Amino acid sequence: MNHPSHEQMTADLLRPLQRTSWRFYLLVAFLGSIVLMGLCTWAYQMYNGFGVSGINNPVYWAFYITNFVFWIGISHAGTLISAILRLVNAGWRRPVTRCAEVITAFALMIGAMFPIIHLGRPWLFFWLMPYPNQRLLWPNFRSPLVWDFFAISTYLTGSVLFLFLPMIPDFALIRDRAPKGLRRRIYGALALGWRGTTKQWHRLESAMQIMAVAIIPVAVSVHTIVSFDFSMAPVPMWHSTMFGPYFVAGAIFSGIAGLIIAMAALRRFLHLEAYLHPVHFENLGKLLLMMSLLWAYFVFAERLTTWFGNDTAEMNVFYVTQRGSFSPLYWTMVVCNFVVPFTILALKKLRTIGGCVIASFGVCVGMWLERFLIVVPSLSHKYLPYAWGHYRPRPVEIMITIATFAAMTLLYTLFSKFVPIIAIWELKAGDHPSPELSAAGQHEHRLGETHA
Amino acid sequence: MAVYALYDTGESAQRAVNALRTTGIADADIAVISSEPMEDYEFSAINHRTLIWYIASAGGFVGLAFATWLTRMTEVAWPLQTGNMPIVAWWPNLIVMFELTMLGGILSAVATLIVTGGLGRKVPELYDPDVTNGKILVGVEQPRDTAAVERALRSIPGGEFKTV
Repeated sequence: MNHPSHEQMTADLLRPLQRTSWRFYLLVAFLGSIVLMGLCTWAYQMYNGFGVSGINNPVYWAFYITNFVFWIGISHAGTLISAILRLVNAGWRRPVTRCAEVITAFALMIGAMFPIIHLGRPWLFFWLMPYPNQRLLWPNFRSPLVWDFFAISTYLTGSVLFLFLPMIPDFALIRDRAPKGLRRRIYGALALGWRGTTKQWHRLESAMQIMAVAIIPVAVSVHTIVSFDFSMAPVPMWHSTMFGPYFVAGAIFSGIAGLIIAMAALRRFLHLEAYLHPVHFENLGKLLLMMSLLWAYFVFAERLTTWFGNDTAEMNVFYVTQRGSFSPLYWTMVVCNFVVPFTILALKKLRTIGGCVIASFGVCVGMWLERFLIVVPSLSHKYLPYAWGHYRPRPVEIMITIATFAAMTLLYTLFSKFVPIIAIWELKAGDHPSPELSAAGQHEHRLGETHA
Repeated sequence: MAVYALYDTGESAQRAVNALRTTGIADADIAVISSEPMEDYEFSAINHRTLIWYIASAGGFVGLAFATWLTRMTEVAWPLQTGNMPIVAWWPNLIVMFELTMLGGILSAVATLIVTGGLGRKVPELYDPDVTNGKILVGVEQPRDTAAVERALRSIPGGEFKTV
């Protein structure tokens, strides 16, 4: 395949913004109707109370908190991966970063909705914010739920800015090419008066470097803090010191899988074959394989420690997941998170775009099940057997869960309609590495390979 | 008033910048505008000195100081015994302090970019939309000696000379 010229790059990447097919409207209508059904279902739950959901004593956390942890995990695809690739100056990152950063912004917004959906009176969610109530009593900073507020809002703010800053030069490009009218005014406002002076480029790159440095520990902290929601509680198989890194590894794992699926969809539907190459999928596939092995290591370490400790309450949860009523879900999780990705991604022949997508779908299913299996079996089998309970999801929870997947797809579709999904200026900048500044043998190929 | 020329290549733009320097124009007065960062060329270093790292660090310290004050003040304001923890519990407070430190650093980096990069303002006169087609603009705003600037810019072949 010929390498596209700069003019071709601009034309290809602006095409989705300029032309709209009937398929786009059909997709938006379809996804929008599912989201609307989800919103109506939520309204139904608010009106009738939590009795319409499957949540009951003692399983107060179920689908909603599973979804919360899952979406926050998916959000780790973007900003974290993008920041790492920026810092190490990986050449192959250029077409990938924006696709990834968008996932973070939308997945975080969806994930952050779930604690609110999970509230009996969601209109009082602002009680979480750090302000004193009428009795001058502040939220308790010793509660992990308050830590969530700080972590998620910091990560969301940082991720949205990390996504927005590199979009400014592209907004300026659209502004300059748009005919006079509303479109030009909107993109002009978003471009913030960008011209592209040497000073602006330098400041932009410095700001991106600082944000990349800051966002990596923030991303790690977010999922660690989400894990603290569990590990700070004396519940069997929750109260574990390894929950922080276990959750972070799982989040990156599911995040990469989400990114591969999104990139494959963009490549196919927006015809970006000239920019999203098989080597991008292969590189991300290798990363997914590594995370699959890491995930398996964490699961083994957790299970072995529990089994060796032989604590009665923990062993009840252990057995109910491995050979009891939750075992079909548990072994499906193992197959989806380890057997399928390992088999496909360890073999170079199978590490194709299709292979990576199949493995990624498996990982997304497996990681959702993993979150569910962390939440529900432990809550339904706490220390005292007389207080054990059951959980069965009701249509309300299932509908809201489906609606969030539709919402994610809808937001991503709309974003790729209004903003170039690949950073045009970054792609162009990566197109001409300086021969004078690169030592022989260190010359970086566009896709990250090196050649003399 | 501004005088500028559009060039097709980075080499031509570099030569134009050098020509302007030989006429006695200071680096701070030379504007080079491109649709992508041109780090391969020496002119990309014009105006590169910045305090953004220091300002971001200072922003981080402000965030840290604010979080330290907020957590301690609120815990002391209404002392609630929680989980056998001390009233001022530094272990959990460290989480809030860390997050606000990072938030302070991020926000101050972005604010510095906006202020020192001249963003959030109307596009100034010295600009040409042809830049987005890959041209590189080299020019001077309010030149003292317009003729000398024009001569310097025209001395590089392939340039498209303009005045606004």
